[in-house]
Amino acid sequence: MKEAVRVKGVSKSFGKKEVLSTIDLTVEAGQIYGLIGPSGSGKTTLVKLIVGMDAPTQGEVEVLQTKVPNLALLQDIGYMAQSDALYPELTGKENLAFFASLFKLKKEDQKQRIAYTANLVDLTSHLSKKVAAYSGGMKRRLSLAIALVQNPQVLILDEPTVGIDPELRLSIWHELVRLKNEEGKTILVTTHVMDEAEKCDRLAMVREGKVLTSGSPEELKKFYNATSLEEVFLKAGGRKNENAGSH
Amino acid sequence: MRMLALIKRICQQMLRDKRTLALLFLAPLLVLSLMYFLFNGNTVDPKIGVMNVDAKLVQKLEDVDIEAVEYKDVIDAEQTIIDDHLEGLLKIENGNAILTLQNTDPSKSKALQMKIQQVLAAQAQQHLVEQAPTQTAFPKATEVKTQYVYGSKDTSFFDVLSPILIGFFVFFFVFLISGIGLLRERTTGTLERLMSTPIRRGEIVAGYLVGYGLFAIIQTVIVVLYAVNVLDIILVGSIWNVILINLLLALVALSLGILLSSFAASEFQMMQFIPIVVVPQVFFTGLFPFESMPAWLQAIAKVMPLYYAGNALKDVMYKGLALGDISGKLLALAVFALVFIVLNIVALKKYRKL
Repeated sequence: MKEAVRVKGVSKSFGKKEVLSTIDLTVEAGQIYGLIGPSGSGKTTLVKLIVGMDAPTQGEVEVLQTKVPNLALLQDIGYMAQSDALYPELTGKENLAFFASLFKLKKEDQKQRIAYTANLVDLTSHLSKKVAAYSGGMKRRLSLAIALVQNPQVLILDEPTVGIDPELRLSIWHELVRLKNEEGKTILVTTHVMDEAEKCDRLAMVREGKVLTSGSPEELKKFYNATSLEEVFLKAGGRKNENAGSH
Repeated sequence: MRMLALIKRICQQMLRDKRTLALLFLAPLLVLSLMYFLFNGNTVDPKIGVMNVDAKLVQKLEDVDIEAVEYKDVIDAEQTIIDDHLEGLLKIENGNAILTLQNTDPSKSKALQMKIQQVLAAQAQQHLVEQAPTQTAFPKATEVKTQYVYGSKDTSFFDVLSPILIGFFVFFFVFLISGIGLLRERTTGTLERLMSTPIRRGEIVAGYLVGYGLFAIIQTVIVVLYAVNVLDIILVGSIWNVILINLLLALVALSLGILLSSFAASEFQMMQFIPIVVVPQVFFTGLFPFESMPAWLQAIAKVMPLYYAGNALKDVMYKGLALGDISGKLLALAVFALVFIVLNIVALKKYRKL
């Protein structure tokens, strides 16, 4: 299978503080890849390096066989940050249309994509409302629709379900799986919720700027002889702690 | 194309925000009108007390709009002034005039003192003429014909102040609104989202300049037209030059506003730039005489955009100078704008290296 994202020996420091140290990971095309780790583990920094919003101190990132950063490449990456990043004075439709017009899209394609993505996140009937009047869940869904609006090959979602009720969380995940299966999208998603990790094809467990372990959920459970991913995380992280303690 | 999308969005946002629009378009008119009425109020004739002064002199004083109240016997001049709300007290003692002034407002006192001195001098001269009627050669001091290079005898301080005020409003409101506009974009994360699309940094800066620039143009035109047509502010030069100066100034304010917003973490911190960046500039706009400033202050003035804009506006509106005469000041404003725009594009590297 082709690689959609490749991170090679990437380190990132802010001043003297090293946030990421020599990260290597590969996301194959058509996979849902989960970055699991507690808050402050460096997931968001890694995601930003992959999108090209920040440059690594060392190492390099490739998305769709193109070295990051690359302006044209951004056409093929749908990025959704942790914050909703919407314009509250504008309606849902105006938000979608604004971001859609920043990408290379034909007029009729643009209209069709806006209608399609709005329907996808079940906001069609609320499109003419101002975003200021949206609930938290609706904002999150609109944010996801915007990430999808230019029909990107790769979706990079930073904690897409944080602060969202269980029902909506389920529907978002359902949608992600559908996007992967039916449209062959590659999806890189960060989360700190273990049961979401189960739904990923492959996982990388991140803590303190290092990848503790990676593999499919089943492989990981088998390898660590664990019944849940939570246990895997503790064991994978715990080993590191033991090593540190034995010095 | 992307720039157009950004401009369209800024316009949509602004049109939805009625309060900000009102601030931008109506607040300058309100303050300008208020200043107009403050400076064009009727002057009240000063009232002074006189003691031991002959009736001729009292008549002369009243001729120059000084109300004179006669006192017979004053022991404590200062107390009398305070008790009777007088501007001053004039006493003739052994042929010498003694004037006691209230002096709550030094500039008013100075003017009053001058007037009284003139009256006394004129009277003394008349005495001289009466004593030596053959000597009629020298002219009467009271008949000096005054001519003005700029303005006329009806020119008030407001006429000099208003060009500066117009420039100041354009600078202040455009600075604030554009700065907070981009700041909100930073704090809500939409700027980051913008940066995850193929838009170029230059396109963002250009979009902001044009988007908010449109509103700055409308504001400038409204303020200038209102000042000239409704308040009847003196405008000797061309209105197009006034608009041109204000547009360049708005461009400087815009680019400076969005640049400084990258050093502010909140709207409140953006406000903190006002006393540091905006207020000191006012002192160098031509409100205070530039020539009397110490050299180091003059040097500081040269790095302030409002110094150039304020003086250029005064040159055109009050002195009636032409475009060629203010080209140096316009160039200075253009250089400011250019420097700030380039710095803006560099500052956005924080979000994306490309």
